[in-house]
Amino acid sequence: MLYDVIIIGAGVSGSAIARELSRYEVNVCVLEKCEDVCEGTSKANSAIVHAGFDAAAGSLMAKLNVRGNEMMDDLCRDLDIPFKRNGSMVVCIHKEALSGLQDLYDRGIKNGVKDMRILTREEALELEPNLSDNVEGALLAPTGGIICPFKLNIAMAENANVNGVDFRFNTKVEDIVKDEEGLWHIRTNNGEYVTRYVVNAAGVYSGVIHNMVSKDDDKIEIIPRRGDYCLLDKEVGTHVSHTIFPQPTNLGKGVLVSPTVHGNLIVGPTAIDIDDKEGTNTTADGIGDLIAKANDHVKNLPMRKVITSFAGLRAHAARHEFIIGEVDGAPHFIDCAAIESPGLTSSPAIGEMVGNMLKDMMGLSKKANWISTRKDVMNPADLSVEERNELIKKNPAYGNIICRCESISEGEILDAIHRPLGARSLDGVKRRTRAGMGRCQAGFCSPKTMEILHRELGLPYEEITKSGGRSNIVMERTKNQKGGNN
Amino acid sequence: MEKRELTCIGCPMGCQITVELENGEVTSVTGNTCGIGDKYARNEVTHPERTVTSTSIVLGGDKPRVSVKTASNIPKDKINAVMKEIDAAVMHAPIHIGDVVVKDVCGTGVDVVATRNVEAV
Amino acid sequence: MTNYDIVIVGGGPAGLAAAVSARNAGVEKILILERDKELGGILNQCIHNGFGLHTFKEELTGPEYAYRFIEKVLDAKIEYKLNTMVMDISEDRVVTAMSREDGMYQIKAGAVILAMGCRERPRGALNIPGYRPAGIFSAGTAQRLVNIEGYMPGREVVILGSGDIGLIMARRMTLEGAKVKVVAELMPYSGGLKRNIVQCLDDFGIPLKLSHTVVDIEGKEHLTAVTIAEVDNHGKPIPGTEERYTCDTLLLSCGLIPENELSRNAGVTMSPITSGPVVNESLETNIPGVFACGNVLHVHDLVDYVSEEADRAGKNAAKFIKGELSDGSSEEIEIVATEGARYTVPSTINVDRMDDKLTVRFRVGAVYKDSYVSVYFDDERVMHNKKRIMAPGEMEQIILLKDKLTEKPGLKKITVKIEEE
Repeated sequence: MLYDVIIIGAGVSGSAIARELSRYEVNVCVLEKCEDVCEGTSKANSAIVHAGFDAAAGSLMAKLNVRGNEMMDDLCRDLDIPFKRNGSMVVCIHKEALSGLQDLYDRGIKNGVKDMRILTREEALELEPNLSDNVEGALLAPTGGIICPFKLNIAMAENANVNGVDFRFNTKVEDIVKDEEGLWHIRTNNGEYVTRYVVNAAGVYSGVIHNMVSKDDDKIEIIPRRGDYCLLDKEVGTHVSHTIFPQPTNLGKGVLVSPTVHGNLIVGPTAIDIDDKEGTNTTADGIGDLIAKANDHVKNLPMRKVITSFAGLRAHAARHEFIIGEVDGAPHFIDCAAIESPGLTSSPAIGEMVGNMLKDMMGLSKKANWISTRKDVMNPADLSVEERNELIKKNPAYGNIICRCESISEGEILDAIHRPLGARSLDGVKRRTRAGMGRCQAGFCSPKTMEILHRELGLPYEEITKSGGRSNIVMERTKNQKGGNN
Repeated sequence: MEKRELTCIGCPMGCQITVELENGEVTSVTGNTCGIGDKYARNEVTHPERTVTSTSIVLGGDKPRVSVKTASNIPKDKINAVMKEIDAAVMHAPIHIGDVVVKDVCGTGVDVVATRNVEAV
Repeated sequence: MTNYDIVIVGGGPAGLAAAVSARNAGVEKILILERDKELGGILNQCIHNGFGLHTFKEELTGPEYAYRFIEKVLDAKIEYKLNTMVMDISEDRVVTAMSREDGMYQIKAGAVILAMGCRERPRGALNIPGYRPAGIFSAGTAQRLVNIEGYMPGREVVILGSGDIGLIMARRMTLEGAKVKVVAELMPYSGGLKRNIVQCLDDFGIPLKLSHTVVDIEGKEHLTAVTIAEVDNHGKPIPGTEERYTCDTLLLSCGLIPENELSRNAGVTMSPITSGPVVNESLETNIPGVFACGNVLHVHDLVDYVSEEADRAGKNAAKFIKGELSDGSSEEIEIVATEGARYTVPSTINVDRMDDKLTVRFRVGAVYKDSYVSVYFDDERVMHNKKRIMAPGEMEQIILLKDKLTEKPGLKKITVKIEEE
């Protein structure tokens, strides 16, 4: 089948673009090398909606950050996902660096960030009593916020899919060539795809994809910049209420301490440039460094309450600027490359920008029946006892708690499996419902979730994975028994 | 004279026992706090024994496996042979605690028995 | 809202024993709420033997031990609900529960017995560096997969932590045909029972490396190898001591944590040492009429002690609802654990309310050989018992006699400590 547009990558950028394009009468397919959406940079980051004072004034990064931030309220309402403007605070702990806060403030004004204020030491401590005793002042940006990156990514992809966008998972792009008619032939491990337009939203691989079609003097190198994180128990989720940043350096925005939208506390990231584009391993040094740095700005950090640590890779390019536009000498091939922080925040604006670009290039017309909203997996904890009983009467699965720590019922897991682009793995269920994301880290619920995946998808136990590929949970039956139970 | 240091497994106390042997004959047992320890130590240096616990395949039950054990100790050097027979056994539900899974396993005179109930479905 | 005399949260060994004892004490309306699909709790997957030597004077497997108590509950026609999650317990003992069949409902309880058990410390809490592939399990999760579901997680296994479940799983996996390459333990001593080291490791030639930990995990999709290294006195890995083991399974047996979300939300005061409720001689928490027993109170080494403790909780809950648990006119005596003793359960005594004999259980913080368990009434040493060996993995106990305490009016503090001589 000939597609009008193929998007490479089902991360937050690719999914935002897919959703924007789904407004129009156009045939779109997203190719994703992993088994689910949100498997790369989009799944392991700070989960912050940045205010926009960091990026260089006049840069595309600054523009899309502020625009993305503005769009977030409406988008999250339409897509029924949690988002909270808890406010960001950049904390200065050296008197001589106080002028740096003013520089950030000025840059923020240039970038169009609203409502910022510079706080004195006393004002800062009043808002955040757990700031370091060394605090000298702070920049407060009330438009900064926190979001669930999984839910944002999943919701945009799901909504795109409902509006007709195809998604092909476990499909890795190996080569791209153009034929005489100007059509792009994309060779993958799952056969060849032909399309008029290509969007490269391949995250840390966006350089590799770009370089498949670009001229010799136009190569992009994406450097995976690893960031280690620690996630802390909900018990200490209110240690700070704002997102607390140090003053930025040339390696980025530094180690932040923030509540998450689900009530945990997140600490991170480090910034270590590496070669391996799959190198998401944490290191003892990285975690140690992280804790030391976080303690500079926030005191009494309860690091004994860590429930998990992880690492993500930012798609860093030397210029530290988003690369969005048609590739020189490769007509109808659009880059959306080097999307590093603030990529999550910018994603709705990236979608809008690339969507508009393609609308103009292709002369697209709007769909009459575009569906702008979707409902997230329900959170029964928000219901009253009566409403919950009503729900359980209608669907008893909502009365059966599977994940004790996060109080997630079978009903929610069934919804996650059977909705568009539904979950097929333990991680897929986890990112859609939070089952397994709590303090026991799936110790109790994983066998139960496996049973549900087995039953609902007809998957043999041996083929149930943590997150696709060869990440199967069990290997074989005991006693060399072949075949299913009984 | 030969001296063997043992940790008693007769109970969770885990007494440290010293056994002295003369030409393969036990001459003294010290460090135990009860008769079980004395008996264990003498057995352990002459003919060690273990209880084997595992699971067996269940057909037609509400569970795919039933837990089983050797009804009493078997010689330690027969653990692997006993496991082979347990692995080969197939039980049909319903099963009750004490039901024989393998009769006289490996000629030890000891039966392998079920240690839980399994309902038929 | 329905009313029950006693609601017991959890149908494992603690909950079952508490129910039976409350019924024996004459309580009619008892309800056990169990989240799993059967009674018995974690014992159902503990298919090894070694249970019940104290309680039944014979050696049973976990399921057999559980069934002894299940039978008693069935014979006494004590009500229980399976597949039922308790969502909340309020300070005035209203229990909110939920299930497929009954939806969400509330029960007013005369007394509540907390018997929720414990859970394992997960990888995340251990901060082990490396990748996060499939193939890493807490030992108990693997135990459930192998023993209940009948599936093998893998064929080549490394185990971190020498807690009892880890040791038991080393043998289980070996008997099922896997190769267990090594058990690494961070501490210079094992957290498990001696007999488990002998029967589960030594019998099968599995090396136990004390003062070792996992320093790297390899494998992007599925586990391919782990590296372990020796640690110094501060638990820091010593460079140059790394050893790499190829494996497809890493089991973690690094400690158990009482599961007290419900207790905490109800306003129960917690001990930072045990992570369980602070209780008095009646095993009652700071909330009158809310009792705790079993692993939710403190992690036990033997289920026999759980049953015994639960028996006491059941009796005292029965007294409470009958108004027989006196307010106690005497002063509360504090029990202080110090110098080697980490904690005691209970941690306070009201002499008026205590039985003639009170068992106080505690754990030590390190391995002690040929040392003494000493008990002081204020500054006077009243007990001095020599023990050949004490280890953190095994619970210790002292018995306090009511007679002795009534002889000391005005006694404020009982101290439990370990002394070398």
